[in-house]
Order: sequence, then structure tokens, then C-alpha cells
Amino acid sequence: MGRYILKRLAQMIPIVIGVSVIVFLLLSLSPGDPAKMILGLNAKEQELQLMREQLGLNDPIPVQYFNYMKKVVVGDFGTSYSTKQSVIEMIGVRLPPTLILSFGSLFTILIVAIPLGIALAVKQNSPFDNIMRVVSLFFAAMPGFWSGILMIILFSVHLGWLPANGFDTPSAMIMPIICSSIAGWAVNSRITRASMLDVIRQDYIRTARAKGLKESIVIRKHALKNALLPTITSVGMAVGGCFGGSVIMEMLFGINGMGKMMIDALRQKDIPTIMAGVIITSVIIAVANLLTDLAYSFVDPRIRSMYARRRAQRKEVTGNGAN
Amino acid sequence: MAQIDVTLAPARRKKSKKRSLWADAWLRLRKNKSAVAGMIMLATILIVIYSSPLYLDYDNDVIKPDLTHTLQFPAEGKLLGTDELGRDVLARILWGGRISIGIGVLSMLLSSIIGCTLGAISGYYGGKTDGIIMRSLDVFMAIPSLLLMITLVSVMKPTITNLIIALAIGSVPSVSRMVRAQVLYIKGQEFVEAIRAQGASDFRIIVMHILPNAISPLISQFVMEIAGLILAISGLSFIGLGVQPPDPEWGAMLSSGREHIRDVWHVTAFPGIALVLTVVALTLVGDGLRDALDPRMKR
Repeated sequence: MGRYILKRLAQMIPIVIGVSVIVFLLLSLSPGDPAKMILGLNAKEQELQLMREQLGLNDPIPVQYFNYMKKVVVGDFGTSYSTKQSVIEMIGVRLPPTLILSFGSLFTILIVAIPLGIALAVKQNSPFDNIMRVVSLFFAAMPGFWSGILMIILFSVHLGWLPANGFDTPSAMIMPIICSSIAGWAVNSRITRASMLDVIRQDYIRTARAKGLKESIVIRKHALKNALLPTITSVGMAVGGCFGGSVIMEMLFGINGMGKMMIDALRQKDIPTIMAGVIITSVIIAVANLLTDLAYSFVDPRIRSMYARRRAQRKEVTGNGAN
Repeated sequence: MAQIDVTLAPARRKKSKKRSLWADAWLRLRKNKSAVAGMIMLATILIVIYSSPLYLDYDNDVIKPDLTHTLQFPAEGKLLGTDELGRDVLARILWGGRISIGIGVLSMLLSSIIGCTLGAISGYYGGKTDGIIMRSLDVFMAIPSLLLMITLVSVMKPTITNLIIALAIGSVPSVSRMVRAQVLYIKGQEFVEAIRAQGASDFRIIVMHILPNAISPLISQFVMEIAGLILAISGLSFIGLGVQPPDPEWGAMLSSGREHIRDVWHVTAFPGIALVLTVVALTLVGDGLRDALDPRMKR
């Protein structure tokens, strides 16, 4: 298991390098002069020239990239062109709201969609199930920013219960988190329901019932663990979507997070900030994907034993080699 | 007995020959109530939206401000009210739909062309080619697709062509993965072996035999992807990186209406409803197509 995790972490390195190369190339080849962005439009040509020299913008792009990455490896993401702050400090401030928003909505997806999916499977074809089928169809089609606007109209403008802006207090976090998870509730409760129905029809569930176990125990202890795998896959794949979607939610609710930082930086061609934002986002997503895969082995002992078997096989092979 | 068999066999063959895969799928699709509902919704939306140039004039009805009638509630004449510049919301929803759906379909077409090419090459040749293509796509998968699209659009200028390109690039990785998985499955089947034994070239095998078989299960995915892309376009327009004013687009309309939510609700409600109805219709059709085209469903 430990070996597997190390291997997966090692596989992340070329991907992060690839991401940084592509984004760096895109930014370097796009029009716009960072020196002008820093010094303003009235800067003299001489000053601009000096600034370009200082930033290393006159070097060939591969040299620029290499110099940049040399610093990144030791944790130095440089200074923002537009705010003149250290990028790593900016991200220290901007990352927590985005993390709370993204993982908060993943968490609410799990705690709403799984129980709901189970309930729908147990009450299959009941009026509740049929109504929820239509409701979830519409919920899944609602873009977060629209449900966000509707919620602001209702809860902030008319009822005055929740603030429409910011992300400092728990009450301010409610709406952004709910808006970015509504579609996830709908999609994942359908997935849980479908896989639950598959599992419930299997023989071992009939056996469990025939043993005289209570229905609640049959569902919780026997059916749920097997039914959860597709939901875990889908929620794991939603991590990237949540991070991407948080850009829009941050703009809507005026949250000072990574997404808003990226948009501002892109507008001003603030290369160090954009690079750092993209690299850190891709690392977080890669780690989240790794956690998803580990969650499989937590839920399904068959997958857990696969790691053990592989290790045993390796030992056997090396043992035979010695003989 | 033998005679009867001989006379029966051609008749049976004829009967089964009459229904091709597509006719079969169409029959199953027609029996599926929610798919029919989706098709009717989608057809209505498309007809109403794409016939709008017949009764709307872009310069006078869609983009001309009328500052004496701003932010009016729905009333006779202006069925869905007017926006912050006094423009008819209904007219802008109809015109904007052409842009949203048009961009969604075109970028899906582009990404399926690129995705099918990459996925087919990757799946068919395998080995190093596969490794190189899939690893480079992994890089694109590592960035959330919306963030990738945002970066691409803001690096290029937000024209409609660039939007289509950015959206297509954002969805290429997942499309090529799906195509590759299908190609891998079909490549192993005997009929491909038989065609190869006949001496067909790789290109011919891929284009004439593998891709047509690979695509039918993917069509439903493509339809769903169009829905996702339409949501992505409105998301981009919502943060000001998509369709630029004065052109109407559903997400852009939501964005400009957002500043007036304290006073009026209709400016933000109706474009959103149009968006949701379109996505719901596409989802229903996509679901129905999946059931109709899935060979395992065939009895």
C-alpha cells in the first residue's frame, strides 16, 4: 500500500511539469507586455527595457521556463506582477476559502446524495421516487450561478436571512456551498440509487434477509458498501469540477479565493500568479484522485487484497529469480 | 422439413434485413416516454430559436437600447419584460439561444473530430503511440476543464471562433478517452481480424469498420456533452469571458441581470429557465439514445 502511494505520487511529477509547460507557453506566446503592466502605460521605453531585463523577459522562452521552474522547485513562486506581493503569501490567503468551498460542497454531496439514493432505491417506484426523478433532472441541469442568483433573491434580498457577499462567517458559507453542490446531489443520488438497486437484487442480500436480519441492517451492513463504488468514482471525478466551478461561485458571491485571484491575474497577464494557481490546483486535484482510489480499497476488501496479492507475487518472482 | 426450412429462411432474412441498427434504435427510442418528451422539447426549442431571424430584427429588436422602458416587468407586448437597457428579454433569449446552442454544437463537433482521431489512433496502434497520446491528454485532464477553458479564452481574444476552440480543447481529453475505450473493445473482435486478413489498410479498417461501430454507443455521450458545453459557455459568459456584449447569450444575460436582482427578478429568472429547459431536453434525449443504442438492451 505504501509503495502504491509512493508510485502514484511519483506519477504526479511529469503531469505537473506538463501542466506548467503548457500554461507557461500559452502565457508567453500570448500578446501583452508584462513590463507595461507593471510600470503602467506612461512608462518610458528605457524603464521598460530595464524591467524586461530584470524579469528575464528577453531570454528565450525555454530559458525563462527553466529559470522559473528552478525557483518553483524550492518553493519560490516569485512576486506578483500586479500586486507586487509574494505569490506564495497571496495563495496562503486565497487558498483556504476555495478549499472550504470545494471540499465543503463535496462533503455535502456525500451526506445528501448517499442517504437520498438509498431511500430512493428502498422506495423504488413510489410517488417519492417518481417525483425525485423529475426534480433531480432539473437540479442536475441548473448551473450553480443561476441557482446562486435565485437563492440570493430569496434568502438575501427578500428574507434577509443570509449575506449575499463574502465567505467569512458560517452563514455566508451556506449559499455558495449549497449552490455548487445542488447538481452533485441530483447526479450522485441517481447513481447511488441505481447501484443500490443492482446490489439489492443479488443472492447474498436474499440470504441475509432469509437469515432474519432486520432490513435496516441488511441495507447498511450488506448492501451499502458494495453499492458505494460507483458513487465514489463519480464524486472523485467531481473534484475537478468543483474546483473549476468555484471560479464562477467566487465571482458570484464575491469570495476572495483562488478562482477570483486567477481571473484577476489572467486579466493583467500576471504570469507568476497564474502559473502558481494552475500548478497548485493540479496538484490538489491529483492528490484528491489518489485519495479517491484509496477510498476504493477502504470500502471494498477485494481491492485491498489486490495490493496484498501483488506484493506476494512480487516476492514470489524475486524468490524464484534467486533460485 | 428441409423444404420448409429453405422457403422460410429467405423470408426471415428479408424481414430482419428491413430493420437496420438505426431503424431498430428509432423504434426503441419511440417507445421510451421520457425520450419522446425530450425530443419534443428539444424540437420545439430548436424550431422556435432558429426561426427567430424570421420575425426578429437583430438591430432593432435584439440590441437596440430603449432607455425609456428599462427593467419593466412582464406585460402585454413584452411578454418577459425588458432588461436594464430596455431591450425585450424574450427577443434576447431567442436570439441568445442560437448563439449558446450553436457554439455548444459546433465545439462538440470539433472536439469529437479531434477526439475520435486521437482516440482511434491511440486505441488502434497501442504501445508507444498510445502512451504518448494518453500521457499528454492526462496533462490536460489535470487542469479542471473550466479553468482550462478560462485560461485559453483569456489568452486568446474572446471571439466566438476562439470560444469554440477553447471549449473543444477543454472537452477533447474526455472524448478521446471514451473513443479509445470503445476502439480497444472493437479492435479485439473477430470481424476486424477478418478484414485485416483481406488485406485492408489500417486507415480503411479504422475509418470504415472500427469507428462506425465505436460511435453508436458514444452518440448519447456526445449529446450529453453538448449540454455540458452549453452550461460551460454560459459560465464563461457569466464571468465576462464568453460572448461579448451587445450580443445576447443566456449566461451573459444572467450576469448583467445580476446587478438588478434587488429590484427585479425576471431579468435573471427567464434566461436561466431557457438554459435549464434546453439542458433537460438534451439530457432526456441523451438518456433515451443510450438505452436505444446500447446493444446489450437488444432482445
